[in-house]
Amino acid sequence: MKTFKELKRNLKMDMSNKPSYRVALLGDSATQFLSVALQGMAIERGFSLNIFEADYNQIQMQVMNPASELHSFKPDFVIIFQSTHKLLERYSLSVPTQRIQVFEERLNFAKSLPNLLNTHIIYFNYPEIDDAVFGNFSNSEEVSFLFQLRKLNVALMELFVSTPQFHICDLSSIQNKYGRDYIYPAAIYMTTELLISLDALPFVASRAIDIIGAIKGSFKKCLILDLDNTLWGGVIGDDGLEKIQIGHGLGIGKAFTEFQQWIKKLQQRGIILAVCSKNTESIAKEPFEKHSEMVLRLSDIAIFVANWNSKVENILYIQKVLNISFDSMVFLDDNPYERNVIREQIPLLTVPELPKDPAEYLEYLYSLNLFETVSFSNADLDRTKQYQVEAKRTELKQSFASEQDFLRNLEMKSIIEEPNSFNIPRIAQLSQRSNQFNLRTIRYSEEDVKKIQDNPDCFCFAFTLEDKFGDNGLVSVVVISKKDEKTAFIENWFMSCRVLKRGMENFVLNQVVSACKKNGFMQLIGEYIPTPKNALVSDHYKSLGFSLTEDSNEKLFYLDLSTFEPRKTFISANQGNL
Amino acid sequence: MEIMIQMQNIFRDIFDNDSLVISEQTSAVDIDAWDSLNNIQLIVAIEHQFGIKFDSEEMTSWKNVGDMITCIIGKIQ
Repeated sequence: MKTFKELKRNLKMDMSNKPSYRVALLGDSATQFLSVALQGMAIERGFSLNIFEADYNQIQMQVMNPASELHSFKPDFVIIFQSTHKLLERYSLSVPTQRIQVFEERLNFAKSLPNLLNTHIIYFNYPEIDDAVFGNFSNSEEVSFLFQLRKLNVALMELFVSTPQFHICDLSSIQNKYGRDYIYPAAIYMTTELLISLDALPFVASRAIDIIGAIKGSFKKCLILDLDNTLWGGVIGDDGLEKIQIGHGLGIGKAFTEFQQWIKKLQQRGIILAVCSKNTESIAKEPFEKHSEMVLRLSDIAIFVANWNSKVENILYIQKVLNISFDSMVFLDDNPYERNVIREQIPLLTVPELPKDPAEYLEYLYSLNLFETVSFSNADLDRTKQYQVEAKRTELKQSFASEQDFLRNLEMKSIIEEPNSFNIPRIAQLSQRSNQFNLRTIRYSEEDVKKIQDNPDCFCFAFTLEDKFGDNGLVSVVVISKKDEKTAFIENWFMSCRVLKRGMENFVLNQVVSACKKNGFMQLIGEYIPTPKNALVSDHYKSLGFSLTEDSNEKLFYLDLSTFEPRKTFISANQGNL
Repeated sequence: MEIMIQMQNIFRDIFDNDSLVISEQTSAVDIDAWDSLNNIQLIVAIEHQFGIKFDSEEMTSWKNVGDMITCIIGKIQ
């Protein structure tokens, strides 16, 4: 982790051509240091923050008053840090009969935030302070501070469940990891109002920036694993199946068992697993097939690469097959030399500096919080299978002479739906995950999608894709808004890169055009906003028959619906709820 | 003396000024950037450097660098 001093130095860097987000920071203690740490950490992640820091202890006023500086600042994110320390002070000042009320008020305030602030809220939860007034009995005494505090943290989680725009930054979890004495600088606090130590601030800032990054579409999708001394102890090629350390028998096998259990959980929540190992393939696969104590099996691995090529070469291959960017991938390898080579060759890839002792792997990886996410849906559950099926499609493709024969043979079907309670979480998630095939890179929250659905001048179409190998689920979304009576504008068009080169864009355009005609539109306008990641679709509209408008803005493309000829497609339509 | 050299390095590091020269008489008045924020960074950097911990009262009692050094000597001896 970078030190506070290093984060502060980042503020001198030129970030003028990087994305910038508006963040309002409200606290009931001094927030200047937190502000610096947040800005520095954002720069580490490739974006900058434009921070509005409210004057000390003005949270209620800033939030409640619609004319406040906070509201006129129009933040993308509001970060609220109400401390346990100040809550304890209020609790202690109250007469004993009113102490529970302090917590009720606080919870009600948190519950009111989403309506008062029409934007993403990042709310710090409450690290525990045991004031030792009731001792262990506080677990049985409702009026004790600890009893109420724990209840409050649970209630905040429930609020997060029901309100997607309300996010929790888990300060409590950071304190669990590093300890209260490390987090809270008692001596310094007495003269400064600083409640988080300089040493702990980078961890706190990192945890908050993780949320902003994930909302803005930067998160990890794939974990690439080395094998020998990473997934098991020993070298399978030298030691053989019986001698590698895994499971509760040999050596430190337990460390690797627990490590694999963690990786298995990640796989079950939708992280794609890949293996990259310098080994003979058949030997490398042996433990996955035959060792009774292995937690991970071949069916958990989407891509298995074991050969004697360089790891850089193999990781490039994995990236090509998965078709996701390097900054969404993590590589774990016990060998510091390999790690350094790969860091140098593929700087965007995250390569954690695993500790020497495998017993420490897990606690170290927990501390990095690499797999932040803002959503979890059914689509995550069978992602591994989908990538395995994709490998089969690639095989089939090679058996056909022409692309068209291959596409016809796939027997593709698509269901077209408007947003509904079942698909809204997936629509929002796809808008967050899609970077390459994303024409204007607008990220939608579930709340945003509902708003589009309620707006009579907006249309949203979601497309699934199924073929004879299986169902890809919801893979593409188009959002259209009415510009005037005759003109419709494509607010955004995004698609999962899993279904590239299936002619999906032709099918989608046909459907969109017919829906637009039904609504009386004569022309369709599309825009391409370039990002570092979406060059793939720079010619998207041109190749679909749109022409550049004569306006000065060269990124607007125009399609005349009266002369539009439906484009050739091998996908048949199943109408959903349209 | 040894502690003074180490202190000077800390000051140069925190205030990001490689030509900064301090003496026992140097106080917050002499260094523009020596505000309450930088003061905390200084305190934490000194604590780390010498492996010591200051009391809250000590932090408020120093008038200049000399006072800080006296306090440090008292802790490392």
